[in-house]
Amino acid sequence: MNWASWSDFFAMGGYGFYVWGSYLVFLLCIIGEIVLIINRRRTLHKQLSLIHKATKQEMSNETTP
Amino acid sequence: MFLWVIRRDLLLAMRQRADVLTTLFFFVIVVSLFPLGVGPEINMLRAMAPGVVWVAALLASMLSLERMFFSDYLDGTLEQMLLSPEPLSLLVLGKALAHWLVTGVPLALIAPILGVQFDLSIDALLVLTASLLLGTPILSLIGAIGAALTLGLRGGGVLVSLLVLPLYIPVLIFGAGAVEASSVGLGASAHLSLLGAFLLLSLVFAPWAAAVALRISLE
Amino acid sequence: MAINWFKYSSPPSFYSLAGKMIPLFSITSIVLFALGLYIGFFVAPTDFQQSEAYRIIFIHVPAAWMSMFLYLIMAGWAAIGLAFNTRLSSMIATAIAPTGAMFTFLALWTGAFWGKPMWGTWWVWDARLTSELILLFLYIGFMALQAAIDDPRRADKAGAVIALVGVVNIPIIYFSVKWWNTLHQGATVSLTQSPKMATTMLTGMLIMSLACWMYSIAVILMRTRTIILERERNTMWVSDLQGAA
Repeated sequence: MNWASWSDFFAMGGYGFYVWGSYLVFLLCIIGEIVLIINRRRTLHKQLSLIHKATKQEMSNETTP
Repeated sequence: MFLWVIRRDLLLAMRQRADVLTTLFFFVIVVSLFPLGVGPEINMLRAMAPGVVWVAALLASMLSLERMFFSDYLDGTLEQMLLSPEPLSLLVLGKALAHWLVTGVPLALIAPILGVQFDLSIDALLVLTASLLLGTPILSLIGAIGAALTLGLRGGGVLVSLLVLPLYIPVLIFGAGAVEASSVGLGASAHLSLLGAFLLLSLVFAPWAAAVALRISLE
Repeated sequence: MAINWFKYSSPPSFYSLAGKMIPLFSITSIVLFALGLYIGFFVAPTDFQQSEAYRIIFIHVPAAWMSMFLYLIMAGWAAIGLAFNTRLSSMIATAIAPTGAMFTFLALWTGAFWGKPMWGTWWVWDARLTSELILLFLYIGFMALQAAIDDPRRADKAGAVIALVGVVNIPIIYFSVKWWNTLHQGATVSLTQSPKMATTMLTGMLIMSLACWMYSIAVILMRTRTIILERERNTMWVSDLQGAA
């Protein structure tokens, strides 16, 4: 453990801005990518369920004379 | 058949002479813009000249790429070409060389005159023209792949530049580098031979890739 | 026993297989990230020359590696899709591109953030940085081409062609940029001139790149599943899948 204290850890030997800046962007990109995929799936599910309801609707119309 | 394609394309280009001239004037204007932008300070201009001329040649040849297949695509001759017994890559090679003759060669011939604007020495101008003559066919050949891929797409013009510019970078580096090496006295033979190597490489692979791309686009 | 290669190449079976694999990969990636960061920050010693700034290496180098490998893998899948006409392989290639572009951007960003304290400038026309930038353009070109074409089949094949042409050009671009760089700048400023890597640094970096691998696989599988659903929306198995959900 080579950090005396937490503030020392964040100072990162004076390069805190650069180190944490790059790690922050790294984290943002990863989370951003996952979020993008998740809401892409969510909108897709919404569309699919609409299509599904529509087809079920048609099928039930056809069956009733 | 191969010569027929070239002759036919040259005839077509001659009929719409305006297209040829627009590319040429685009090249001239872009090259003359730089001194206005950067300032008349002469030895900086001389240092910048090869890069400026080459980037302008890159952009000019890329602008006219879309026209390479588009007119044939519209009136259906492209489908006939696909159906013809001739190997498609030969026809594509013919079209690319026709495009080169129409855009590349005029650029290379007019470049020395523009070089004078940048106060380039005589042998630098000669190397510039040689590198352009060697480099522009590569631009047309690789551009043919981009043009074939983006045939009939909306916003195709911009897309072609996005696809093809990264592939032009080695040609740009060695084209501009040749002139700079010769002006520094290192002699441009290394760069020019590499450009020649790129030319042979693209002569072999580009038409084949463009033919594959054409078949995909027209399916 | 003939291995049926194509069993998992049909979208429905791949869909369920990917569904099972995603949690596996995401959990391993989280564990590996935690381990790598722990080693990177708490175990690895302070570098005598660069003091703490070198810790950016733990994400910079893995990101750069990932950007290059993912492009090769993308081109590989694109080639398989083109050759065997298997729609799924092209879907995987399409799914790889955004993750690859993200890692390229990250490699450039962390490279600049590391370059600032070490070389004093955000951007140095070093051969590797420049070819990384060009790699980003290749990714963007691939994604832009696929986005511009509506018909998925043509988009897959056209993307495959540009990916393969790109792969052939990567070595050419790299060497021409290297040659160009030495022409202008004399001795290049090498990126990792840090001294011999201490073992803990190396292990930290390797674990981080493994973590990036697991992460990319999980994300790419998730995106592939989404693409499968998008493209197979009106097939039977999707609708009864939907019915069940």
